[in-house]
Amino acid sequence: MQADLKRISPAGMLLVTAILALVSMLAFMTLGAKGSWAFILSFRGTKLAGMILVAYAIAVSTILFQTISGNRILTPSIIGFDAMYALLQTVMVFFLGAAGATAADPRLQFLIETAAMVGFSVLLFRALFSGATRSLHLLMLVGIILGGLFRSLSSFLQRILDPNEFIVLQDRLFASFNTVNVDLLGISAVAVAGVTFVLWRLFPTFDVLSLGRESAIGLGVDHHRTVTILLVLIAVLVSVSTALVGPVTFFGLLVASLAWQITPTASHRFVLPIAVCLAIVTLVGGQVILERLFAFNTALSIVIEFVGGLVFIFLLVRGSAR
Amino acid sequence: MIEIRDVTKSYGSNAVVDRVSMTLPARGLTSIIGPNGAGKSTLLSIVSRLMPMDKGQVLVDGLDVSRTAGDILARRLSIMRQDNHITARLSVRDLVAFGRYPYSKGRLTADDVEHVERSIAYVGLNAFEHRFLDELSGGQRQRAFIAMVLCQDTDYMLFDEPLNNLDMKHAVETMKLLRRLADDFGKTVVVVLHDINFASAYSDHIVAMRDGRLAFEGVPSDMIEPSRLQAIFDVDCRVHAVGDTRLVNYFE
Repeated sequence: MQADLKRISPAGMLLVTAILALVSMLAFMTLGAKGSWAFILSFRGTKLAGMILVAYAIAVSTILFQTISGNRILTPSIIGFDAMYALLQTVMVFFLGAAGATAADPRLQFLIETAAMVGFSVLLFRALFSGATRSLHLLMLVGIILGGLFRSLSSFLQRILDPNEFIVLQDRLFASFNTVNVDLLGISAVAVAGVTFVLWRLFPTFDVLSLGRESAIGLGVDHHRTVTILLVLIAVLVSVSTALVGPVTFFGLLVASLAWQITPTASHRFVLPIAVCLAIVTLVGGQVILERLFAFNTALSIVIEFVGGLVFIFLLVRGSAR
Repeated sequence: MIEIRDVTKSYGSNAVVDRVSMTLPARGLTSIIGPNGAGKSTLLSIVSRLMPMDKGQVLVDGLDVSRTAGDILARRLSIMRQDNHITARLSVRDLVAFGRYPYSKGRLTADDVEHVERSIAYVGLNAFEHRFLDELSGGQRQRAFIAMVLCQDTDYMLFDEPLNNLDMKHAVETMKLLRRLADDFGKTVVVVLHDINFASAYSDHIVAMRDGRLAFEGVPSDMIEPSRLQAIFDVDCRVHAVGDTRLVNYFE
């Protein structure tokens, strides 16, 4: 497969994925449209905007996380980002009650959650990197263990929760691309734009970071500072995607591995936009197929997690075989 | 000139580099020798600011390596390390082009491209420039990393055991290449070497370390001495003069 793909230039590959992304967006907006166009466009438009934001956030955060960790099967959820989101939601429902949590301004909730997640990642990073051992792997391991702690705490709280309130909570914790949280679209877009601006300025360092810490320092990149900033940006992106649709574990992995596979170069100039296009194709295209072919009979997140899980196992098996 | 002042680095109570002070002269080829665990690689990592030191100071042309901005230092000093593990799938040319990052920040100019091509030609990898790194032999990979350092084109070039994985022919070619860098281009080359005879044949200056400390330093004719080698390596050996070069026989 790789041999065939080598013949396509990176720019050509980007063009192909971009066209596919456009086609799926167009299909989503127009297929099966009956009745007032004004209504359809605004109704579907907000959903589409939400999905594009999520696709962008997940693709970019996963690729950059893999670049700074020097590992192609890690995703931000491995250092407990998703688990932390679930815990925050659980704590909110637990202490405010379902009514209170639903009544609170979602934008305020979003800001608090994002701040907590950024604070968590910076704290974890600072604590582990200021000492004698400066190991990203230690950071991952501690993250995995903290993720376990968060999950246990959430499930403990969920167990002693009133069953009615638990249903409300469960609804919030299942990723659903069908019910994009519209209240948060504006603030998410602003957050993503801010992140993108900083990423743009850091862009030239990404390829150098993928050479590893020592080579990056040797070439004059302030590794500690750059990685800290990137982790903060990744935390913001993960917050955006989880706040909009809920936690998705394997989607990022699926899209990122595909992007690394099909891009004929390791340069982030191509890998990042191709990953974003693939994410849009998967999300928007998947949603179209789901709505038109299966008539909403299943949830997209279930399909994506299923396929993503298979890809993850495939990568593990192939990795051990080599 | 690289000034190393009272540098200490310890893990727990174990000092791997212990109050080392020395001056590595500008220009010429300096070899660092010593047994395993003497702190050679650690010292090189500290000098090239890959590793923070616990105490002391390192000045490169008067610039303090722990204070100077990374990109300024990257145009003065480059390092090739022992283990170069890279996850990204890079071709030889991609890798070598990274050497220009301190100058061009990823946007190669015509001048940069010329540097890249010259460096690849220098290490004799023209035929392999579009091969991926994982498709090369150990020695070819080693030469690709050397080419990247050449491409960075700094006044100071540090090499941590550059002869690892190389056969006789390529080891000699590599040392001649480093020698040329010093002689023709006026670079300051610092090399960690294990083979004492390579150090003897190619160095202007030899620094010997043992147990984290500076043991001896001097010109090859003073350093390649049975009593000194015994003190450094704990090995009995005989030294033969062959032409201008002193060769060590440590096999008996």
